[in-house]
Amino acid sequence: MTTATPPPVAPAGDHHDLAVVLFAVIVLVTLAITLWAGRRGSAAEDFYAGGRDFTPLQNGFALSGDYLSAASFLGVAGLIALYGYDGVLYSIGFLVAWLVVLMLVAELVRNAGRYTLADVLALRLRRRKVRAAAGGASVVVTLFYLVAQMVGAGSLVALLLGTNSAQARTWTIVAVGGLMIVYVTVGGMRATTWIQIVKAVLLVAGSVLLTVLLMVRFHGDVAELMRQAAQHSGAGQRYLEPGLKYGHSFTSRLDFFSLGLALVLGTAGLPHILSRFYTVPTARAARRSTMWAIGLVGGFYLMAIALGLGATALVGSAEVRHANPAGNTAVPLLALVLGGGNGSTGGVLLFAVISAIAFATILAVVAGLTLASSAAFAHDIWAGAWRGRPRRSRGLRARRAAVPASRRARGEPANGASAAVESSGTIAVAERKEVGVARVAAVGIGAVAIALSLFAQQLNVAFLVGLAFAVAASANLPVLLYSLFWRRFTPRGAVWSVYGGLIPAVVLVIFSPVVSGTKVALFSGVDFHWFPLENPGIVSIPLGFLAGWIGTLTSPEPADPDRYAELEVRALTGAGAA
Amino acid sequence: MPQQQTSSPEQGRQSEQGQRFDWWAEPAAVPGQAPRPTHRAPADGPGTDGPGAEDPETGRPEPDGSTEVYRSVQHSEAFQQIRHSYRAFVFPVSGVFLAWYLMYVAAQAVAPGLMRSPVAGPVNVAWLLGLLQFASTFLLTWLYARNARTKRDRAALSLRWDTQDQLR
Repeated sequence: MTTATPPPVAPAGDHHDLAVVLFAVIVLVTLAITLWAGRRGSAAEDFYAGGRDFTPLQNGFALSGDYLSAASFLGVAGLIALYGYDGVLYSIGFLVAWLVVLMLVAELVRNAGRYTLADVLALRLRRRKVRAAAGGASVVVTLFYLVAQMVGAGSLVALLLGTNSAQARTWTIVAVGGLMIVYVTVGGMRATTWIQIVKAVLLVAGSVLLTVLLMVRFHGDVAELMRQAAQHSGAGQRYLEPGLKYGHSFTSRLDFFSLGLALVLGTAGLPHILSRFYTVPTARAARRSTMWAIGLVGGFYLMAIALGLGATALVGSAEVRHANPAGNTAVPLLALVLGGGNGSTGGVLLFAVISAIAFATILAVVAGLTLASSAAFAHDIWAGAWRGRPRRSRGLRARRAAVPASRRARGEPANGASAAVESSGTIAVAERKEVGVARVAAVGIGAVAIALSLFAQQLNVAFLVGLAFAVAASANLPVLLYSLFWRRFTPRGAVWSVYGGLIPAVVLVIFSPVVSGTKVALFSGVDFHWFPLENPGIVSIPLGFLAGWIGTLTSPEPADPDRYAELEVRALTGAGAA
Repeated sequence: MPQQQTSSPEQGRQSEQGQRFDWWAEPAAVPGQAPRPTHRAPADGPGTDGPGAEDPETGRPEPDGSTEVYRSVQHSEAFQQIRHSYRAFVFPVSGVFLAWYLMYVAAQAVAPGLMRSPVAGPVNVAWLLGLLQFASTFLLTWLYARNARTKRDRAALSLRWDTQDQLR
């Protein structure tokens, strides 16, 4: 490869037929999985935790499937294609974050919780306020993330169909939203997990294929790949140096740091990642699935870096930007070139396959997000905080004797024989009702996400995800870490910590250049921004920790040492784990 | 890698019913032990069970002995040992990798010149540090798993069944 091939454009003519067929295949396969999984059980444990009988390998693939969103596959590679080294930072932050999950969160959350993040907090801080706060923060985080994914879906499918019309994007977003609602309401966690697994396998296979083709093209010479990329980036050597996107001023460098902080701390607060740990039977399995996920995610990002460089080297930054200003379509364009260029059978085939994989990715991730969001709503806000007010003590006794329905079905001995028989009826009714609420919530959340996505279409996908991470790191992580590790943490500290992170994060985003004051802002016509950074993490994450600390210190009541003893023993040993 | 577990790991061996041979799984699956109900939440343990668990007045349900069990387990030598081996590894290591990552991110804001200096061919310091981040992540993952397997897993498992016995 010495001379640059003329940059291709999106496939013209009616080559889209193949892509449309592949898209349809993916939709049919995922719907089949959903129907099959939905028939295997619809108890609360099936709906929220997939029956808890996935293996670590399966869950490791599902975790990476949940994590490697369109933002990674399209967004990160696109950022690298446009901004070179500055895009690489995204991938590194996304990966290092898993160490936080592995060491501080995965096993303890699996042991101490049941379905959601708020379960862990509630074990120790038995207050409805705490549950409501954590549930609300989870819904907000997943909504941000959902919008990012659906915007990606819109731009991808628009490119694939060769139309850049706003109508095509709008309908794509609506269709993706409709599909994700079906997956979640019909199949619950079991379907979602299987869709993630299928998608993760496809994604890894597709990335390996492209990377191999790319390496063959460059005869395995990575240095040559980097040189070619720099040459066709329009920025020369600066492409390989930090600062192309975030280097113009000190503010933008600070923004870079803020983003990095949000990425590394956000993952451990993502509700859809945390709820994955409940799909395996033990804490040890949770650890092993996290290790699988780290291996898969790390390998994937190494490939994504290569693909981003490849897109610049073979397609050119200008062309990538032309096809989509945010760079979201760099990888499909690269596939077109690697397959033989526009008009060739190989090129069109590869383009369609890679686009279909990206489409599967989007469908899978939005399903996982919708599920986590509806679980937070139904299990934490509705059942945990809002309902349950009057018949508290009765519910307590009944739940105590309850054995999860799916376990009972396996013929394991139920204890508390007669009492359980009587009360399990109440529980079954209560849980069925809760799952019903979760299904309705999935529809509502899906609708809200569709509406929001239609507004945010011109924003870069990876960047939107950066915002979701900032909110997760500010609102969810401090309260989780304090609960798990701080003996003196109190309910007031928990509530303050959640709101003290959530409110600044959201407010700072609203008054940031993302929403107003710049050409690519959400409301580009007006300017009411006063916060200079695009990512609020550097301010809101410390505020979340600080608020939790102050709330605890000013608490009128001291922490309950008995509660902490219970949490600690259960979290570290697994005694009484669901 | 030292393999502490004498049994096969849980991974990949799954029968129809979700029963697999796992040291951490239900004790019914461990040979030589009488089956006992394990999925009963400990008597005082409905905290994760949702609505009924939270008491707005006092924050505590009626006492029934499980509190004492958890307190005594928490103070036991065995638990302190598990806790110590967990925290002694996880806290310093988390501090180190977070500091190493943040230093790497901060370097481009503070010392962009240093990050630009070439190392070999097109690779500069920034790329080198980035690749080292990948390497350190994989290394720490392996170290953590080894630490958990050799120092904690066995003790935590036996303490789990002990605790659940006491709670019944």
